Amino acid sequence: MPASAAPSTPQQYLQSLSRWHPIEIAFWLATLTPFLLFPTYLSLASQIAVAALFALSLDLILGYAGIVSLGHAAFFGIGAYTAGLFSKFVWGEPLSGLLVATAMAALVGYASSFIVARFRHLTLIMITLGLGLLLAEAANSAGWLTGGSDGLQGVDIWPLLGLFKFDLYGTTAYAYSLSVLFVVFLMARRLINSPFGLALRGIRENWVRMPAIGADSRSHIRKVYTISAGVAGIAGAVIAQTTSTVSLEALSFERSADVLVMLVLGGAGRLYGGLVGAAIFMIARDQFSGIAPQFWYFWIGILLIAVVMLLPNGILGGLSKILARWRGR
Amino acid sequence: MSAPAHIAPSKDAIANRAIALATRGLSMSFGSLVVARDIDLNLPVGARYALIGPNGAGKTTLINMMTGMLAPNSGQIFLGDEAITHLEPQDRVRRGLARTFQINTLFAGLNPLEAVTLAVIERRGIAGTFWQNIAMHREAIEEAHGILVKLRLGDCCYQPTRELPYGRQRLLEIALALATKPKVLLLDEPAAGVPQDESGDIFEVVASLSDDLTLLFIEHDMHVVFRFASHIIVLVGGAVFAQGTPAEIAADTGVREVYLGKRKHG
Repeated sequence: MPASAAPSTPQQYLQSLSRWHPIEIAFWLATLTPFLLFPTYLSLASQIAVAALFALSLDLILGYAGIVSLGHAAFFGIGAYTAGLFSKFVWGEPLSGLLVATAMAALVGYASSFIVARFRHLTLIMITLGLGLLLAEAANSAGWLTGGSDGLQGVDIWPLLGLFKFDLYGTTAYAYSLSVLFVVFLMARRLINSPFGLALRGIRENWVRMPAIGADSRSHIRKVYTISAGVAGIAGAVIAQTTSTVSLEALSFERSADVLVMLVLGGAGRLYGGLVGAAIFMIARDQFSGIAPQFWYFWIGILLIAVVMLLPNGILGGLSKILARWRGR
Repeated sequence: MSAPAHIAPSKDAIANRAIALATRGLSMSFGSLVVARDIDLNLPVGARYALIGPNGAGKTTLINMMTGMLAPNSGQIFLGDEAITHLEPQDRVRRGLARTFQINTLFAGLNPLEAVTLAVIERRGIAGTFWQNIAMHREAIEEAHGILVKLRLGDCCYQPTRELPYGRQRLLEIALALATKPKVLLLDEPAAGVPQDESGDIFEVVASLSDDLTLLFIEHDMHVVFRFASHIIVLVGGAVFAQGTPAEIAADTGVREVYLGKRKHG
């Protein structure tokens, strides 16, 4: 239990579960260090923040409600293309573009949630995979709108708040993506500690029991899937806005698989798992591809196998176990 | 030989009360295997029915049909005056029909406080709230804690369910069902797997539940059945073989031959 003194009432106990831990504060302070210590890596830092956002969105459905998706890039891509097209055809103001992209991804998420909520296990994985492939192919053939395999041209993002230009150094990009990540994280944290968050954990822990306590699991799943799709859309919009490009890669199967790997590496169902996993994955890719560009998945493969075999709950799960044992001494 | 299914004309006062749960002509088969044969039951409000019968008699199947986890081939189920035959399981629970499971079906990673609070917030209709901290819902939390204390789980309510002793887990099964505020509670072998000296404790808890609550429990231990049941239903081969008060069942030669005499349980 996190609280050192025994809580005096059940309410205080539940309150104590959502209290901020010093490690969390340290974590968020550490995300600021690239500005000072690694100013040449701000573009990478921004990409990490986007990947973390995307992994966080997957964590909401996989880690908390037990819904495995292999097609989550669909919503990332919808967010990216919506933000890109919005800047091209409406205006380049980033925050309004972000909102529109989020709404679009959430809307498509809501529509597909009616299918997703009806299935479990392998069927569900195949359905999400199928929906993802479908959308990627649709974007490819709709070249008049998306630019097809050449990518979307003419994305023009105005300065953030009318003041900060998205420059080559990535200062604005990282400040923007980190701020968005932090705000979304706060909302996700609130959701996890809410009555709805408890219901999601109930679905993950025992799907069969839920109807026997009067719960409509499907409506919960529809809701969390919609929210998760919206968050994935935010991640896609941020990458489109900070890089001023959108390519088909945003919708690719590889992106869906990568985000799953990030989450599993970090540890699903612990909110920070996706964040830590994204950082490890992106930094590893950056370093390894510097050594041998074609070969870096080899190392990710080894890392993935090692983590899954030795640390079933991911790197964070392993760390918290070690910490608990060390405290028990 | 006695008649294959006779309805005992009970003079018990309970028989004159309103009916809490009833079935009419409930039948079901898996392929050629008949698991329910034209089952007619009337459970008056506040009655405590034991459902007994040899293994494979269809006892759990009957509970699964009543709660909507299996769909009967024919027949009807009524909760009070309302036909619930085609309702989803969660909608039956919301109308006051709860159950427990023979094999623990709990939330292993939640602690009892979280699990029972979950059942309470589902009943109160606030489980979809995602913008408030759960600690804001003090009434729901205190209600959950009250149920746990009543079921003697107050001292372990912060411990993960998977770490609880087995007997405690059986009590948590009942606590989860009670959190739905049932009118009718179906208990599928509440003391299954519990050592005999502890199974009495579980039935003491069951017996202490409100008099307005209608109970149907499956149990193999005849001492427990005769001690706690106001009525007994004997199910054989998916059909009601006999029903009546414990005294009537004990005196029924057919039941003794077919069930009590042949098989020894517990």
